[in-house]
Amino acid sequence: MRTDLAVIGAGPAGLAAALAAAARGVRVTLVDAGPEAGGQFYRQPAAGLGARRPGALHHQWRTWKRLREGLDRHIAAGRIVHLADHHVWCVERRSGHAPGDFAVHALLGPEQNEPAVVRATAVLLATGGYERVLPFPGWTLPGVVTAGGAQAMLKGGLVVPGQRVVVAGTGPLLLPVATGLAAAGTTVAALVESADPRLLARQARGLAAEPGKAVEAAGYGVRLLRHRVRVLVRHTVVEAHGTGRLTGVTVASLDADGRVRAGTGRRIPCDSLAVGHGMLPHTELAETLGCRVDGGRVHVDEEQRTDVPGVWAAGEATGVGGAGLALAEGHLAGRSIAARLTGARPDEHGGKRAAASRAALRRFADALDHAYPPRAHWAEQVTDETVVCRCEEVRAGAVREAVRDLGAGDPRTVKLLTRAGMGWCQGRMCGPAVAGVAGCPETVTRRPFARPVPLGVLAREPGEGQV
Amino acid sequence: MNSLRLARSRPGPAFTVTFDGREIEALPGWTVAAALWAAGITSWRTTRHEGRPRGILCGIGVCFDCLVTVNDRPNQRACLVPARPGDVIRTQEGTGHAD
Ligand SMILES: Cc1cc2nc3c(=O)[nH]c(=O)nc-3n(C[C@H](O)[C@H](O)[C@H](O)COP(=O)(O)OP(=O)(O)OC[C@H]3O[C@@H](n4cnc5c(N)ncnc54)[C@H](O)[C@@H]3O)c2cc1C
Ligand code: FES
Repeated sequence: MRTDLAVIGAGPAGLAAALAAAARGVRVTLVDAGPEAGGQFYRQPAAGLGARRPGALHHQWRTWKRLREGLDRHIAAGRIVHLADHHVWCVERRSGHAPGDFAVHALLGPEQNEPAVVRATAVLLATGGYERVLPFPGWTLPGVVTAGGAQAMLKGGLVVPGQRVVVAGTGPLLLPVATGLAAAGTTVAALVESADPRLLARQARGLAAEPGKAVEAAGYGVRLLRHRVRVLVRHTVVEAHGTGRLTGVTVASLDADGRVRAGTGRRIPCDSLAVGHGMLPHTELAETLGCRVDGGRVHVDEEQRTDVPGVWAAGEATGVGGAGLALAEGHLAGRSIAARLTGARPDEHGGKRAAASRAALRRFADALDHAYPPRAHWAEQVTDETVVCRCEEVRAGAVREAVRDLGAGDPRTVKLLTRAGMGWCQGRMCGPAVAGVAGCPETVTRRPFARPVPLGVLAREPGEGQV
Repeated sequence: MNSLRLARSRPGPAFTVTFDGREIEALPGWTVAAALWAAGITSWRTTRHEGRPRGILCGIGVCFDCLVTVNDRPNQRACLVPARPGDVIRTQEGTGHAD
């Protein structure tokens, strides 16, 4: 298949870009791993569930309907092709071909065996992000899930992890997750947030840039009250208990430095824990393309262009800021691509509103970043017995030994010595944890592919199996 | 279930799958993980080295903690693979290959 623009990711950023570009005459192929468009924020209940009120667990449903209708219209008119269930494992710049010749390599279906290739003149990376979870004793017990994961299972399958859940960690995502689970009938035993609300107050100016967001946050507060959810700020989960499955957590209060106060621990019985410590951008595809990645995010200019000609990026892949920001960035990227593909400059006047909204939302995201810092000293809670790399079952003690006794000074050496980060997830889940426990700064790890690829597919590439 | 009621869900007819030989009901559109959660099951894999139980962590296909054997194929991500009528789902021990 050959297209003008391949958009990778059908979340808010990818959808906004696809619509903006298609409206300006660009032929778009929208490639996404999910069975339906929507990404994380607009994740839809599966069609088979026949939800007559699919928006019950969502915010900004009207925006979604507009995006969905736009997408349907462009698909019907043949301007957008949506390839669902396509997991992209590599985007290749085809040197030797004309400039702006990309091959997007995907694997089909949840089992990911069959290859497919889309050739495109331009590429937009709109792959979003995933959640960071820092380890603590007991975090590998069944029943402990990421906050976003609980949300995804709820939005997509209308299922919940248990009867009695604690929502914990840090960041703005915890609020919709707690209210969503409560609305779905789960008892939310506590919302445990490590950040200090005074930090939030100190960011008042930045947060006021988006009054609508403050209203949204107040709405979550009201709903938490209504469901009688106990909110513990400046608290953290120090341990999860259970043998075959979670039976409870111990929470403790934090001092001004973020250290656990001795003697404040208390146990909360629960059968599930939804925990998250912020979001991390997906950057693998950008890395293999050779795009500049700064501080874990894909670097872009005012037009959302990366430093590789023909490659744009938008949404959480370029920095975490929520669905509204992803929409604005996607829209600006779509406009830029449409102009640049015809050798023109994007009409600045037309993009003014989106640019202003992007600027305000970025300020808002910065303020949130300061209000919800990752908890300092978290690694002190990680006992030597705690597994940090879940895939290879590497314990914190082994990581510390590699640093102390074997002189490992960076995550790469720790990885070689301990196998931490060498398993199925390629270090996505344990990267921040291993660096934190080892006491070295996080470095960007290069992964050859964004997905594990069956050898048969690699042997066939390139050339065969093209669609 | 409350969440189904909340979304005023009118799912298609339920069907049966088995988990370690036990019959459980699944709804069309559910992933294997959703069907297992709805049946109150939260772990369906034991780890390679220490034999510890695991289930869902990320819920979106990133972490690979939810690996499971479906119809004799090991290493399927339960959070992504749709449940189909008659699926034989089994706890995956280690790599899922007899070793
Ligand atoms: C699990 C989870 C749940 C979340 N829930 C909420 C919530 O309830 N409320 C909230 O405000 N924010 C939530 N967020 C934050 C959310 O990421 C943003 O609000 C918003 O969705 C970002 O939009 P985006 O377009 O940048 O990325 P996303 O919405 O994440 O969309 C990215 C899309 O790219 C696809 N993709 C990624 N990599 C590949 C690949 N290699 N090949 C093919 N397709 C790929 C994904 O399947 C996805 O559809 C959640 C995040 C996560 C990780
Ligand atoms: S739960 Fe993480 S891959 Fe399925």
